[in-house]
Amino acid sequence: MITHPKADELAEAVARWIDSIRPSLDPRNGFLARVAANALGAISRELQLGPAAEAAATERFVVLLDHRGSFVDLNHELCERLRSGSMTLETPGLLAALKANTLEQIAIDQPNYRHEG
Amino acid sequence: MSVDVLAVLPKLARRLGGQDAVLAAAERLSGGASMETWAFSVEAGGQRRDLILRRRSVPFDPETARSVSLGAEAALIRAVREGGAPAAPLVHLCDDADGLGEAHVTARVAGETLGRKIVADPRFDAIRPGLARQCGEILAVIHATPPPAAAGLKTADFLAELDRYEEIYRASGAERPVLELAFQHLKRNAPEPVEPVLLHGDFRNGNLMIDPKVGVSAVLDWELSHIGDPAEDLSWLCVNSWRFGRPDRPVGGFGDYADLLEGYAAAGGKPVPLSRVRTWQALGSLKWGVMCLMMYQSWAGGLEASVERPMIGRRVSETEIDLVQLLEQGL
Repeated sequence: MITHPKADELAEAVARWIDSIRPSLDPRNGFLARVAANALGAISRELQLGPAAEAAATERFVVLLDHRGSFVDLNHELCERLRSGSMTLETPGLLAALKANTLEQIAIDQPNYRHEG
Repeated sequence: MSVDVLAVLPKLARRLGGQDAVLAAAERLSGGASMETWAFSVEAGGQRRDLILRRRSVPFDPETARSVSLGAEAALIRAVREGGAPAAPLVHLCDDADGLGEAHVTARVAGETLGRKIVADPRFDAIRPGLARQCGEILAVIHATPPPAAAGLKTADFLAELDRYEEIYRASGAERPVLELAFQHLKRNAPEPVEPVLLHGDFRNGNLMIDPKVGVSAVLDWELSHIGDPAEDLSWLCVNSWRFGRPDRPVGGFGDYADLLEGYAAAGGKPVPLSRVRTWQALGSLKWGVMCLMMYQSWAGGLEASVERPMIGRRVSETEIDLVQLLEQGL
């Protein structure tokens, strides 16, 4: 309905305010304030990156499962097939697809995480 | 049991230091949902002792608890110290007369426990290269310690651990393909069981007190101790989530696998192949992923209100990317 301020801008404004008052807090609340600011960062990134990441993840599932569907339905089916053993680590393209999805998720959740080499 | 710890500590100070002893300082350090840690000092006759009180703030249920009682922790500390492992010396196991509920007091050992500082602060540059080997040596001592009967420890092997966490994952209702793949792959590639030994159960960067001069000065938090596979302890220290931004140093963000395993064998530990450590390490990442889900759920279910809990739920993806990397390299 409106174009500005966007939701991620509001989240950013609140995160900046939290950061500005952090030095005045006791250690426990200072820690929780940092967590709260980080949560707002994740919200901002999800608003910016989430839709494209979910669309790309859904496309990868479509290729793996060879039919169309919603992200939730395809994700459910993939989990079921992994659980039953009809898809395994040896399934061509499986690990590459899961890796691409996971890298896009971590870019939202913890962009500074340095993963296993 | 609701206790005003600050009001009770002066009495404990007199019990520990004599009738003239006074409580010189007291500060709550941290608190999980069920465990409190307090730093306090007792002064008597011009002498000051710096101490740590650990106490359980909710009743202990031995049937459902994963952790051991503080009494069991006290027995473990005594047992491993006899073998020469660095644990903070036990000063006092509290009883009813103390009015603190389930609690114990240990000496306060100097050093740093913050993983990020241990891997990056120049103060630790000199001792950092020796830490992995030292950890191997300490684990060999712990694993050679006869489990104290009084501790009533539980036993768990690879498949039992995997089953336990799969059950929790199923109950959570989460559907995460990487975790599902890891459960199934590890089930099919479980290492053969070996003779079980006494384990610390949470031996990682963060539970090690590191002194800039001597290295590991104390191994903390014995509450997850159990009987199991030596590779479980060796690998938990190597899980990437405890490397604090240094994945290039697989042991705790401070050292290499070879130093850890050589130190372990040199101190009398039965040699453990790296492949076994890596497989257990994948189970470690998977367990931490499920724990992150559990912590989110404790918030979603209304058990805990802290903003920290739901945010930890967003750490599941860190374990997923580490699992993908481990699976890609082959287990």
